[in-house]
Amino acid sequence: MLTKDQIAQRIARELQDGWYVNLGIGIPTLVANYIPDGISVVLQSENGLLGMGPFPTEDQVDADLINAGKQTVTMLPGSSLFSSADSFAMIRGGHVQLTVLGAMEVAENGDIANWKIPGKMVKGMGGAMDLVAGTDNIIVAMMHTNREGESKLLKRCSLPLTGKNCIKRVITDLGLFSIEENSFVLEELAPGVSIEEIQAKTEGNLRISPNVKTMKFD
Amino acid sequence: MNKIVKNAEEAIRGIEDGMTLMLGGFGLCGIPENCINALVKAKTKNLTCISNNAGVDDFGIGLMLQQRQVKKMIASYVGENAEFERQLLSGELEVELTPQGTLAEKCRAGGAGIPAFFTATGYGTEVAEGKETREINGRMYVLEESLTADYAIVKAWKGDRFGNLIFKGTARNFNPMMAMAGRITIAEVEILVEAGELDPNQIHTPGIFVQKIFQGVDYEKRIEQRTVSK
Repeated sequence: MLTKDQIAQRIARELQDGWYVNLGIGIPTLVANYIPDGISVVLQSENGLLGMGPFPTEDQVDADLINAGKQTVTMLPGSSLFSSADSFAMIRGGHVQLTVLGAMEVAENGDIANWKIPGKMVKGMGGAMDLVAGTDNIIVAMMHTNREGESKLLKRCSLPLTGKNCIKRVITDLGLFSIEENSFVLEELAPGVSIEEIQAKTEGNLRISPNVKTMKFD
Repeated sequence: MNKIVKNAEEAIRGIEDGMTLMLGGFGLCGIPENCINALVKAKTKNLTCISNNAGVDDFGIGLMLQQRQVKKMIASYVGENAEFERQLLSGELEVELTPQGTLAEKCRAGGAGIPAFFTATGYGTEVAEGKETREINGRMYVLEESLTADYAIVKAWKGDRFGNLIFKGTARNFNPMMAMAGRITIAEVEILVEAGELDPNQIHTPGIFVQKIFQGVDYEKRIEQRTVSK
């Protein structure tokens, strides 16, 4: 099983030099800690910053400089600042090469739900609907099951959708999956996890890639 | 030309019960603290507030929610505000949750005289319910109507007598588009200077969009998630 940091570490291996990348709140944020040597990416924060740097030291803290999760951040050399309209022009206009975000549910047809539990939790979609509509390359990072142990990889989402038919890749604590032709295709297994366990914990249609392998971590 | 008013109390004179307001800011970053506090004191009610977030329970728009001054809220994310969520789930507060990019574009378009636009955002979700959809070049889009407001209230770092504004850091966010979309726009700034003191090359919001400006006082600039590295 992967830790949250290992999920982030695995996603970071997908990064390519020169990409502009939007990392969502939670596990996706951790990806910034594992950017491989020799790869230079620019992190986009949808509240209006390109070139987001690490968290500030105590004396660098600036209330006027936060990320989309409202955390204090810093800027790297070459950063730029802009309005929310320009920020979402970047996102909607397809200028961001990769979006990594969390989800409550993903379905075998590529639907994603991550913003509302009717009658219980209404926080809002923030920028998630724009991000899934505007980026071709989206990776969903999440736990394979919810707190009740139920699969989050479903035949159909039960919660209100964030986007339709837009997710092509999911990485969970159990493995990495692509979504093709109404199936989750298991591409990589987390160390110590069996195909049987994944089958038992995946409600949606599951296929095993003929080239399935086990992830390796240093 | 003189757009300078003395303070927030004077600036918000003219805001009446039932009006629609736009309030700049993302989370608590770049919110017009002085005007929000003045509205709380003025107890103006039945307001429709357009703002990306709704403050936190005891700061920002949260203060107006506590006094039930807000009838309807148009926002993209309200997860930091427990009172908001309670009023929403109990049906006391009318809420139109709008995707963040769509909200930004609705303000931009409203200020630019564009009544509506097509976007792929929200297609196939409940956001698109009841809205016109159209296929353009093989992809489905949703028709979203733009927004304007009786008053837009924005916060900038520096401004001058003509209403020209410069923002700082990520405190810019929704402020420039909202400034464009207000029939009357109030700008509160940290530093107010004479015309000519700001470099015209550096102006983010040209003064044509601003009708009233004042230098705010006692900015708290509360941080929601103070996160530091060692």
